Amino acid sequence: MPPVLERPIENQTNNGSPVLEPVYCFPDSLRDVHTHYCPGCTHGTIHRLVAEVIDELGIRERTLMVAPVGCAVFAYEYFNLDSCEAAHGRAPAMATGLKRVLPDQIVFTYQGDGDLASIGTNEIIHAAARGEKITVIFVNNAVYGMTGGQMAPTSLPGQVTSSSPAGRNPAIQGHPIHIPEMLAGMPGVAYAVRRSVHSVAEIRKTKKAIRQAFQTQLDGLGLSIVEILSSCPTNWRMDPAGALDFIRDQMVPVFPLGDFKVIG
Amino acid sequence: MTIKLWKGNEAIAEAAVRAGADAYFGYPITPQTELLEYLSSRMPALGRVFLQAESEIGAIHMVYGAASAGKRAFTTSSSPGISLMQEGLSYIAASEVPCVLVDIMRGGPGLGNIQPSQADYFQMTRSAGHGDYHPLVLAPATVQEAVDLMSISFDLAFLYRHLVVLLADGILGQMMEPVEMPPLRTLEDQMPGWALTGAVGRPPRNITSLYLGAEQLEGLNLRLQAKLAQIAAYEQRWESYRTDDAEQLIVAFGTVGRIARSAVDQAREQGQRVGLFRPISLWPFPAQPLAQLSRHVDSILVVEMNAGQMREDVERIVGGPVHFLGRMGGMIPTPEEIVEALPMKPKAQVHRNGSNGAAPVKRIKERSYAPSA
Ligand SMILES: Cc1ncc(C[n+]2csc(CCOP(=O)(O)OP(=O)(O)O)c2C)c(N)n1
Repeated sequence: MPPVLERPIENQTNNGSPVLEPVYCFPDSLRDVHTHYCPGCTHGTIHRLVAEVIDELGIRERTLMVAPVGCAVFAYEYFNLDSCEAAHGRAPAMATGLKRVLPDQIVFTYQGDGDLASIGTNEIIHAAARGEKITVIFVNNAVYGMTGGQMAPTSLPGQVTSSSPAGRNPAIQGHPIHIPEMLAGMPGVAYAVRRSVHSVAEIRKTKKAIRQAFQTQLDGLGLSIVEILSSCPTNWRMDPAGALDFIRDQMVPVFPLGDFKVIG
Repeated sequence: MTIKLWKGNEAIAEAAVRAGADAYFGYPITPQTELLEYLSSRMPALGRVFLQAESEIGAIHMVYGAASAGKRAFTTSSSPGISLMQEGLSYIAASEVPCVLVDIMRGGPGLGNIQPSQADYFQMTRSAGHGDYHPLVLAPATVQEAVDLMSISFDLAFLYRHLVVLLADGILGQMMEPVEMPPLRTLEDQMPGWALTGAVGRPPRNITSLYLGAEQLEGLNLRLQAKLAQIAAYEQRWESYRTDDAEQLIVAFGTVGRIARSAVDQAREQGQRVGLFRPISLWPFPAQPLAQLSRHVDSILVVEMNAGQMREDVERIVGGPVHFLGRMGGMIPTPEEIVEALPMKPKAQVHRNGSNGAAPVKRIKERSYAPSA
């Protein structure tokens, strides 16, 4: 759950004492509600970053969100935005429908790795091929979180999950899928990067990338996607700090952080 | 009033345009592809949205998105494509967003063939996806009727915030007939109170089909059922043809309903008192008028281009077994075949011994419209 801070009262005094400038507010684009995310899960961190960016760009009232099937299925209850809930993997198609009839609005999907990189590959690849002017926030936690931690197309070689008890064996279960690298080769894609939220420094970089992804849409350049490496302490069977270390030590070597395509 | 020759698929497409369709998303499949091709130039010419999707799954979820924005969105397909769309149809029904779907049925199961068929009667009337609901299903018998039904389908979809299906077959899609087109409607830019438009000066809106609590989901289902009851009460459509003095009744829908009309005329020429009941809305099925008619006839013959799917509804409504003639795989019954299948034979053919060769039909309390086979 994002920290709930009191909004500083602005311009409270005119008796000569300094006026307080807000430096850290609860974002307008988030609702002040409890989320259902597990302790140590970084979905909440990512929600907050997206909400801050939408606030800072001043686009809250024209932004539409498409929520996924996965742990973020209730994202529409946490964001203070007009939003809808797509079927598993279909968010890019639903976002296409919205954006095509409301081209002046800002449309983004928020999807997990099972949602986007497994059942929804057709939808994301063709949204990218068409150059849909949407933004995709792609949260990769290397498992199917919501259904209890089964192997995902993004699970690491050797990773033990509830459906790969002997560890993912690439000879049998294949190799992890690298989505932004794949999409970067498509002319319809204007922005494809990978970030992580395992440290404060990385969180800052992630926010910048999210901002640029939305700016890419505002500039009408094409599809923008930010893959974000995210923790799942519950299904990884780790404590929250250990889960962040796992991202840094295990996930980043397989999913290198970086920019794969930046236009504009 | 101008009457022009139109190909069925193109006529349906034009009728959708004239009914104010804002957005079309589709994927090619025979025998409905002309719909997609026609709209690919017609919609953009009017500044409206046309998009060829990557699959029927993509198409229906694009419709779901556009419909969530309060727009008149629709798609078209044929049997195998409809199977792929069922996921989206179920989400659309649960989310109560208006949507229009045209299904130009072809032969199945499997890849089947591209011949006309009515084998997806169950698929459409029973739910068209998982969960407890029925779409409103309209089955035209002529190109003109397809145009007329298409013209009201968006209104029905928005009135009930529900899924409206125009269910036809490859014959209707491919044949050319004279049609009087309705005028092009210019609609006020509609802003339904539930549509996603951007939360400007109001609390955000959500469109979802997720109700995790059992009580909440039962609540949604009760609301859907109440809506369906309303649709059942107000939206039954049917046609009766020469039924006033009929002893034998044929029940058939869509293309077969039209062939059966010729069969009625032929049988009448041979001195048989035959009438036709043609349901136009397949869900809701016009049960009351059929039940009423059934009380005045001695036999009922259901004719379909399937193995007897509508027959199950008819038998439930009339309360007993009926005669059945079905062709499958794209075979089309002829009027002669239908006349031949009539259980009561014309007087000229009455056998020496006084029987007409068919099992006797008795007026008994427990009504039966056919020998129980
Ligand atoms: C068609 C369909 N298949 C399967 C499911 C079950 N299901 C729900 S969430 C989920 C996995 C989600 O995993 P991911 O996208 O990685 O998101 P996370 O939960 O990890 O955030 C699955 C398989 C479903 N809801 N719909």
